[in-house]
Amino acid sequence: MTIFPLPLTELLGHWGSYIVYLFIGIAFGAVLEMAGFGNSRKLAAQFYFKDMTVLKVMFTAIIVAMALIFAATALGLLDYNLIWVNPTYLWPGIVGGLIMGAGFIIGGFCPGTSLVALATFKKDGLFFVLGVLSGIFLFGETVDRFSIFWNSSYMGRFTLPELFGLPTGIVVLLVVLMALLMFWGGEKLEQHFGGKDLAKAPKWRYGAAGVLVAGAVGLIVIGQPTNMDRWQAIESEKQTVLDQRLVQIHPGELLDTLHDTQLKVIMLDVRDEVDYNLFHILDSRHVPADELPGIVDELHLEPANTLFVAMSNDEKAATDAWKFLEAESLPNVYILEGGINNWIATFGDDDLTKNFNRGAGDDQLCYIFDSAVGSRYTASEPDPHAFDLIYTPKVQMELKRAPSSGGCG
Amino acid sequence: MTTMSPSERSIQEKPAQKSAVKKAARAYINPYLAGILLGVVLFMAFFITGNGLGASGGLNRMLVFLEDLVAPDHINRIPYLIGLAGGDKNPLDSWIVFLTVGTIIGGFLSGWYGRRLKAETVKGPHISSHTRWLMAFLGGLLMGYGARFARGCTSGQALSGGAVLSVGSWAFMFAVFAGAYALAYFFRWEWN
Repeated sequence: MTIFPLPLTELLGHWGSYIVYLFIGIAFGAVLEMAGFGNSRKLAAQFYFKDMTVLKVMFTAIIVAMALIFAATALGLLDYNLIWVNPTYLWPGIVGGLIMGAGFIIGGFCPGTSLVALATFKKDGLFFVLGVLSGIFLFGETVDRFSIFWNSSYMGRFTLPELFGLPTGIVVLLVVLMALLMFWGGEKLEQHFGGKDLAKAPKWRYGAAGVLVAGAVGLIVIGQPTNMDRWQAIESEKQTVLDQRLVQIHPGELLDTLHDTQLKVIMLDVRDEVDYNLFHILDSRHVPADELPGIVDELHLEPANTLFVAMSNDEKAATDAWKFLEAESLPNVYILEGGINNWIATFGDDDLTKNFNRGAGDDQLCYIFDSAVGSRYTASEPDPHAFDLIYTPKVQMELKRAPSSGGCG
Repeated sequence: MTTMSPSERSIQEKPAQKSAVKKAARAYINPYLAGILLGVVLFMAFFITGNGLGASGGLNRMLVFLEDLVAPDHINRIPYLIGLAGGDKNPLDSWIVFLTVGTIIGGFLSGWYGRRLKAETVKGPHISSHTRWLMAFLGGLLMGYGARFARGCTSGQALSGGAVLSVGSWAFMFAVFAGAYALAYFFRWEWN
């Protein structure tokens, strides 16, 4: 199992984990201040091509962090599924960005840099922070008037490699090259408009650029881990869990969790469409195996009290789905014990169970249905009070490691 | 500089002697070096916690905390605010608040080390301090509004989302630069 990101809440407790963020914040603020970002004139000079510090610091930071992040995921140290990737709301993001661009040139800061200006007693920083607070307040008061637009063009966790259909390594290389080109152009502009002497710029920057390009090429060669790679890394541990039957839950336990108001249960029915139409549990979601990869990102965004239960006719296909989801680091995934066949055997009335098909193969539906009415059977939504079932509870909700909101919540 | 007369030299030396009493601010570090350091900090944030950096989210929650003290009923009527501080939710119970507090402490420490702690108004040469304060407030207002609109500021959206290759973050980043460059000409009186 990948070690990073660390399960901080588990290690340090709820408030204890916040200390880590305090230290990260200190490092963040210190670097911003050292770069000169507490000075509004230096920031604004970016937009008159006199001093391209903003461009240089920002894009250097992005490409360095990006290269390190994807190197760590390629080496299996860091789990990309467990780090926060800002979900895309395309048009609200662009409109907000344009408003912020106006705020930047008028006010001379962005929110992070104004904090640093404030911390170094800059009066314009103080007024800017007061402005930011007022702007945030106004937004809270007005967002209801345009909430439809604000929630529009939602694309979920959508990344550049997915957009371009290119491997991550190649995208990383292209971003590095784009940034280097911008630095080159930025230095030329600084020379022309700001009268800066390029000869005074440190020579090591060429070396650093070379290291980044070489690193990006290395990432293309290594590649990012596939679901199969990820499963193999956890197989020894997880196979034991399967063999000891720690994650196969009794139909009675599933029924009880469905009626537990503290849990959100998402049932993933991985059978083919014919079987699903013949019979399924009410509110179960039909997700054939080949559609699973497409919904992983969405499942990761579910709240921490979500329980996922994979089900097939017996257990085979459900177990494959379980392995896939475990390899994608989804928390709290279980398998319906004995599958839909066992569910029908447990909750079906005589009418439903009379046509038993002894010849059914492995992981096939072993009841014969007269009609395909999906979930319109009483056994699709059994009354939990009508059954007094004895089972060993197995569900143990684990704390979520993946952040469910970013730095902007 | 080589052809300096003795009298000129003495004028030059005077401020130098003065700064021996109160030392001059240290220079800012090279932008590329700052970028590398910032990149490492950003990477460590993702590596250890799974979260990136941010600033506006922390300010947002501090503000909502104050609002909740003054007008809790108002908070409980607006869906957007309920999510942050509805009922018994504590808006300060979030990692981003601690990161924001850390940012201020870090800025102070670095400013102290760099001898840049100085109460002053940084502005262009042709405007008064009061004009600068007004513009800073107005710019901040737009920034705060835009940051909530875009679900993140330059740190939480552009920097953090950019490094993990989020499509929306890159679109956002170019929109910020486009907005600022488009208006730069009209505000050059403020800075130059």
